[in-house]
Amino acid sequence: MSKIEVKVPAIGESVTEVTLASWLVKDGDYVKIDQALAEFESDKATFELPAEFAGKISLSASEGDDIKIGSVVAYIDTDVVAPTEATKEEPKKESLQPIATAPKEEVKPVATQTATTASYANGTPSPSAKKILDEKGIETKEVSGTGVSGRITKEDALKATPTSSSTTATSISKGNFSRGERVEKMTRLRKTISKRLVAVKNETAMLTTFNEVDMTRINEIRSQYKKAFEEKKGIGLGFMSFFTKACTLALQQFPAINAYVDDENIIYHDFIDISIAVSTPKGLVVPVIRNTESLSFAEIEKEVKRLALLGRDGALTMEDMEGGTFTITNGGVFGSLMSTPIINQPQSAILGMHKIQDRPMAINGKVEIRPMMYLAMSYDHRIVDGKESVGFLVAVKDYLENPEKILVGVDPVKALLEI
Amino acid sequence: MEKYDVTIIGSGPGGYVAAIRCAQLGMKTAVIEKYNSLGGTCLNVGCIPSKALLDSSEHYHNAIHNFKEHGIEISEANINFTQMIERKTKVIDQTVAGIDFLMKKNKITVYQGHGSFISPIMLSIKKTDGTEEQIESTKIIIATGSKPAMLPSIAIDKKRIITSTEALSLPELPKTMVIIGGGVIGLELGSVYQRLGTEVSVIEYMDKIIPTMDDDMGKELQRSLKKLGIKFYLSHKVTGAINNGDNVTVSALDKKEQEIKLDAEYCLVAIGRKAYTENLGLDKIGIKTTERGQIEVNDHLQTSAENIYAVGDVVRGAMLAHKASEEGVLVAEYIAGQKPHINYNLIPGVVYTWPEVASVGYTETQLKEKGIAYKVGSFPMRALGRARASMDIDGLVKVLADKETDEILGVHMIGARAADLIAEAVVAMEFRASAEDIGRISHAHPTYTEALKEAALAATDNRALHV
Repeated sequence: MSKIEVKVPAIGESVTEVTLASWLVKDGDYVKIDQALAEFESDKATFELPAEFAGKISLSASEGDDIKIGSVVAYIDTDVVAPTEATKEEPKKESLQPIATAPKEEVKPVATQTATTASYANGTPSPSAKKILDEKGIETKEVSGTGVSGRITKEDALKATPTSSSTTATSISKGNFSRGERVEKMTRLRKTISKRLVAVKNETAMLTTFNEVDMTRINEIRSQYKKAFEEKKGIGLGFMSFFTKACTLALQQFPAINAYVDDENIIYHDFIDISIAVSTPKGLVVPVIRNTESLSFAEIEKEVKRLALLGRDGALTMEDMEGGTFTITNGGVFGSLMSTPIINQPQSAILGMHKIQDRPMAINGKVEIRPMMYLAMSYDHRIVDGKESVGFLVAVKDYLENPEKILVGVDPVKALLEI
Repeated sequence: MEKYDVTIIGSGPGGYVAAIRCAQLGMKTAVIEKYNSLGGTCLNVGCIPSKALLDSSEHYHNAIHNFKEHGIEISEANINFTQMIERKTKVIDQTVAGIDFLMKKNKITVYQGHGSFISPIMLSIKKTDGTEEQIESTKIIIATGSKPAMLPSIAIDKKRIITSTEALSLPELPKTMVIIGGGVIGLELGSVYQRLGTEVSVIEYMDKIIPTMDDDMGKELQRSLKKLGIKFYLSHKVTGAINNGDNVTVSALDKKEQEIKLDAEYCLVAIGRKAYTENLGLDKIGIKTTERGQIEVNDHLQTSAENIYAVGDVVRGAMLAHKASEEGVLVAEYIAGQKPHINYNLIPGVVYTWPEVASVGYTETQLKEKGIAYKVGSFPMRALGRARASMDIDGLVKVLADKETDEILGVHMIGARAADLIAEAVVAMEFRASAEDIGRISHAHPTYTEALKEAALAATDNRALHV
C-alpha cells in the first residue's frame, strides 16, 4: 500500500500560507495525473493544484482552511487501479458467460462510484432539501450533493450558503422577506486587499490632486484610425494605450513619482512598469505592463487585453502581478465621475481615470460641448511635492489633449523647428 | 368579534390538517364545519367507513370461500348487516373523536355552522339553531371539499337511487344493485356488496374500468372482480333510472345504440365527485369558479383574493384525501413564509378492492403521449412465496423506467396490500431512484414488497430472479 502525500507547493517568495478555496475532486475519487485536485487562494492569486500521481484520493484538509506552504492536504493511494468505464454493459456479459466473471469483481465498487458523478440524478434534492433550498433562495445547481449519485441531502441543503446573486432575487419577493444575516469567511484576496488599503492610509502621507482632460482629440484619432489600426495591428485602439503612454512620458519627467520609499532611502527606477487595476469576479487585481517606455500603442493594447482576460478567468500568476512602479485605475468603466484612488504600495502614486461626459466648456470665449474626463492622482507627499504632482498631472493632461506630442515628448512642430 | 390569523372553512383531511399545521406554526387558528362531526367526507362518508365495510365484507368472503382450503371448517357463516353498519359507525366515531382531540390539543377553535364570506376578511357562521356569528380572519383557507356528482338524466332520491353516502348506511342488505360508474368509488362499494351476496352490475361509459389508471391494472382488476361475480357493462351510456318503489329500472345504450334495461333493488350513482363551493359567498369577494365548480388557484394555492387560499377537492388535481392534506400543509407553511413544494406527479392513487390497486407516476399511455422512451418490468404476484402462503396470488407489479437513464417513471401494482406497497415506490421516485437502485436494495423475505424489487430488476435489464 503506497500512500503519497499531496502537499501545497511553494508559489512565490512572499507567500507562506494559502487558503483552500475548493476541492475539485471528492473524497475517494480516482484521480488521474495532472487532474486538478483543488483550487487555492493566495494573497494575490488563485491557483490549481494538479495531481502528481494517479490513484484513489483521500482528503485531509477542508474547504476554507488556511494552510501553510508544504503542508499535506490529501493522500493519493497509488495501489488503486483505474476504474473501468461503463458498468451498464456488464449484465449482458454475465448472461453470456456466467462462469468467467468472478475475477473482475474487485474493481467494481470503484467503477460504480465514478460512474455516479454523471448520473441523471446528480443535484436532485430530497423533498426536505428542496424546501430548505427554496427558502434560502439557492438553486439546486449551486449545491453539490453528497448523497447517492450526487443527490442533495437535507444536510447538504442545511449547510448550503447562497451566492450574492441568488439572495437579491429572493429578498425582493413580496411577503417572504428575510431579516436573516449570513457569515461568510473573507477570501484571502479580500483579506489582503483590506489589510493593504488600511496600511497605505496609515503609513503614507496620501493626498489627491485633480485635473480634467478634454478627450476631443483622442476621440478624433480613434474614430479616424480605428479601422486602419485594427486591420494592421490586429487589436482595437482603446484609451488605455493613450493613458499608459502619456503617464510613461510624464513619469520620465518626474522621476520621484516613479520611485518607492524604502525606510530612509528612496529607490528610483530607470524603467516604467505600469500596474493596471482590473476588476475580476473575485476582487480587484493589479497585473503589470512592463517597460511601457519601450512599448508601442499596439503592444500596450495587446498586453492590456491579455491581462484582463487572465484576470477574468482567475488565471493571473504571481509573476503577472509582482512589481509595478505606478498604477492606473479606471473607475469610469463603472460610471464614476470623480474619486480619490488609494496608492498601490510600495508605489508612490496612482492615476484615476473616470467617465467621459459631455460638458459645456469655455473655449476661446465661447461655450462648447466637449467630451471631458476628470483625472485624479493620489500621491505620497513624503517623496512627491505638490509642485511635482500637479506638474505631472498637467503634463499627462497635455499629452492626452495633444497626443501628437507623445511621439517625441514635445510638440512635433517645435521638434521640427528645433526650438 | 373574534379575530384569527387563519380560519379554515371545512374540517376534512385538507382543512383539519391545515389547521393543525397553522397552529403548530404559531397562528391563532379557527375551523368552521357545517356538519356536527369533524373530518369531512373522508372520515364520515368516504375513505374510513368504506374501508370498514370493505374489511368486514372481506372477512365474510374469506370465511365462506377460503377458510375451507386453509383447513378451517365452519358450519355456517351469517351476515348481521346491522352489526356491520354499527361497527362502521363506531370506527367513524372513534376517528372523529381523534380529530376533536387534535383540535383541542392544538388550541384550534372549532365553529359548528355554515361558513360563508361577508368580505375577504369577514366570515359569517350560520348555526343550526338559526343564530349567526361573525368572525374576522387575516387569512382564510377554503377546504369545503366535494359532493357526489349527478347525472342530468337521473334524479337521486336517496331511497332507491342513491350516492355513496347512502350506500354506506343502507337499512338492509340488498339482493341486487346496479352501479353507474366503474371508477374507484363504484368498484369499492360494488366489492363490498358482491362479497356479501348482492348481485352487483357495473355500468361504465368508457371501454375500461378505473380509466385514469394504467390499462393493465384495469384489465387485471376486471378479471378479479368478474371472478368475484360482478357483471360489467362497459361502453354503455346510461339513459335513465326509474324508482319503481321496491326497485329501480336503469336503462342504458350499448355500443350499437341498443337499449338494455337492468332491474335492481338499488341504483348507486358513482360517476365521480364535484367541487362543493355553493353558498360560500364567493361572489362577494370576486372569486370565480370553473365550469366544474372548482376554485382557480396559483402554485401556492392562492385564489384571486390574495389572503384567501383553497385546498383539496375544491381545486384542480386528483380528489384524494392525502393530496388535500399535503395542500393543507403547503398553504399553512406558505402563509408562515416558508417555501414548501408538492410534486403532484408523485401523489399515489389507490383502489381498495381485493386485490388492491395502487399507482404513482406516469402510466404507459402518458409516457407514449409524451414521447418518452421507457422500459417495462413486470412481476406476477403468484411467483411470490408470500402470496402463495396466503392464497392471494392475483395481481402484478409493473415498473416503468426511462430507457436511457433507468430512472423510475411510473409504478403500477395490483395485488394484496398494494395500497401499502406503493409507498416504497413514492419514496424512491421522490429521490429519483433508478429501477436498478430498487433492485439493489434488500427487501425482507417473504413479503409482498419483493414483487416491486423483482419488477424493478425486470425493468433494469430483464433480470428478475424468480420468473
